[in-house]
Amino acid sequence: MATEEMEQLVTREYKEGFVTDIESDTLPPGLNEDTIAFISNKKGEPEWMLEWRLDAYRQWLKMKEPSWAHLDYPPIDYQAISYFSAPKRPEDMLQSMDEVDPKLLETYEKLGIPLHERAALAGVAVDAVFDSVSVTTTFKETLLEAGVIFCSISEAIHDYPELIKQYLGTVVPKNDNYFAALNSAVFTDGSFVFVPKGVKCPMELSTYFRINEANTGQFERTLIICEDQAEVSYLEGCTAPMRDENQLHAAVVELVALDDAYIKYSTVQNWYPGDENGVGGIYNFVTKRGDCRGDRSRISWTQVETGSAITWKYPSCMLRGKDSVGEFYSVAVTNGRQQADTGTKMVHIGEGSRSYIVAKGISAGRSDQSYRGLVKIGPRAKGARNFTQCDSLLIGDTCGAHTFPYQEINNSTATIEHEATTSKIGEDQLFYCQSRGISEEDAVSMIVNGFCKDVFQELPMEFAVEAEALLGVTLEGAVG
Amino acid sequence: MLEVKDLHVTVEGNEILKGLTLTIKKGEVHAIMGPNGAGKSTLSAVIAGKDGYEVTQGSITFEGKDVLEMEIEERAQAGLLLGFQYPVEIPGVKNIYLLKSALNAQRVARGEDEMPAPEFLKLVREKLGYMKMDPSFLQRAVNEGFSGGEKKRNEILQMLVLQPKLAMLDEIDSGLDIDAMKVVADGVNSLRAEERAILIVTHYQRLLDYITPDKVHVLVDGRIVKTGDAELAKELEANGYEGIEEGSAA
Repeated sequence: MATEEMEQLVTREYKEGFVTDIESDTLPPGLNEDTIAFISNKKGEPEWMLEWRLDAYRQWLKMKEPSWAHLDYPPIDYQAISYFSAPKRPEDMLQSMDEVDPKLLETYEKLGIPLHERAALAGVAVDAVFDSVSVTTTFKETLLEAGVIFCSISEAIHDYPELIKQYLGTVVPKNDNYFAALNSAVFTDGSFVFVPKGVKCPMELSTYFRINEANTGQFERTLIICEDQAEVSYLEGCTAPMRDENQLHAAVVELVALDDAYIKYSTVQNWYPGDENGVGGIYNFVTKRGDCRGDRSRISWTQVETGSAITWKYPSCMLRGKDSVGEFYSVAVTNGRQQADTGTKMVHIGEGSRSYIVAKGISAGRSDQSYRGLVKIGPRAKGARNFTQCDSLLIGDTCGAHTFPYQEINNSTATIEHEATTSKIGEDQLFYCQSRGISEEDAVSMIVNGFCKDVFQELPMEFAVEAEALLGVTLEGAVG
Repeated sequence: MLEVKDLHVTVEGNEILKGLTLTIKKGEVHAIMGPNGAGKSTLSAVIAGKDGYEVTQGSITFEGKDVLEMEIEERAQAGLLLGFQYPVEIPGVKNIYLLKSALNAQRVARGEDEMPAPEFLKLVREKLGYMKMDPSFLQRAVNEGFSGGEKKRNEILQMLVLQPKLAMLDEIDSGLDIDAMKVVADGVNSLRAEERAILIVTHYQRLLDYITPDKVHVLVDGRIVKTGDAELAKELEANGYEGIEEGSAA
């Protein structure tokens, strides 16, 4: 295929790039203790929460931004970011969907979020986070009947302070890393899920995050707890409007699974990736960690990453419980000038703990992608097992793929398997499909989806379809 | 139906076809035979539109249309279908999905509706039975882990489902044992129809014991040096290509 043709095909438009025109209550750029006090006050938080934030902030001030990732971006000016933005609305929480700003609903509609009856039909409860405030949480009532708490983290701080005090920051400590510390200081909203002992959450839970204001950072904080024998499947989807400035997104997600609990956390991330010259786009620095605290507990991360200008993300599992299981299934797609340094950490502490890693990276355009994975087996993790498979697919010859596997094995009874492949999307495969009458674009989409199948089949059904569609959009014409 | 006129093709600067002329009419079965390196596979690859082949002179027309101006998929949609000597594996893509996508892409390109799923399944099951293939084939990834014989059967299965106007079979007999060859030959024979032409490219005569061609062409060094009927293939079997080359030089 001619290079010129390829380049022409690689260009595509970001389909979620619209800005919602509503008045918002935005804090001027800048970060100091007053900013944090403002956020905490705005959210009506108790004193202990403010102290917690300030402690995180003071630790953050002493920390340095990490530079070990295989990423290249100009320094971030943390004083140029606004740390709070909320759509204007009455002070009271909205009681029903009718009270929600119609423009806001329109935005969600454009994003295809099933908030109304569609949600009921799909059986999906949505906690929609618009900039910094959780707009509405559907199905809260139904879930409460089952004993499941699903609300914004701000509400949880008010309504369930004991649970927050018990669990917040216990998986990702405030000073865990630079971005986690920043998040701990300024997080504005996010989701809280609590599934009590013996309860299987009756529906898939889902959150869509969306950055709307210019120059705002989004710092959401998610905490999911499953008590003994509890189960939940949670999906987050992310989009952001098209802007020339880079926007910062530094989230923290903490999962806690007690004895025999199972948490399945799926992400479809489609933040604005910037234009073809690398102008604009989201900087995505995320700390996601699951703590398999209980015996036979299981945490499964599934992610489909197609967006962001910069991605720095390593959903991890701390496998403390005996026979606990950690899983990581990932598809990362980069196109244009996107850069992604992503992977996972599996830390085996408990005896008989097992982990599975299946990472698929697809690079197109002039993008650069790295898989970085750590498998650590502790001295007490007798009989621990890990299986890692990481495959890279290159489309065209101007992109890059790198693999950085790390292994720290402190136990001779451990079994570690690692498989890695790098392949170029085959001219022969393309020709084969096209010579059957299938268009080049459909052929690429078919081959890439085939490549990702192991991961897609881990996604909840309705989202697997969405993921395939998203992949099609991202790679529209990225043929080589 | 297909007219190839004075075709010159170079691959990486080497001229492989040096003025090949060939006419195939509806309903005919043609066999192109020749020694290794004569350019047999090049001809079918160029007709199908594979990258890396440069046509420096000559023309290919199919039902009056200039094939060289058409995209790869347009050629297939027009009814030109190539059965590969070495079909590639496409991990994770189910065979049935490829078949369905291909069939519907062709139908839509011809302005027809997509085939309803039940009808499609019925069609595929019928053809599968014909090729003595287990239904589990449909759920396996395209060619992945298929034996040589399974791959070739799969190529013919696609032909039976897609029903091209001109079926081109590139060394479809290579690597087949006698039983598999019979199944493949049966499949090809069932494709024979008044409205359809078949072009078989082969090194050996043995496939032609099962599929009787209307015309046999001998391709040597980029040109067709002799054309005859099925008897010519037998002659080749007895005397080898060298005899023909001498004959043509005389």
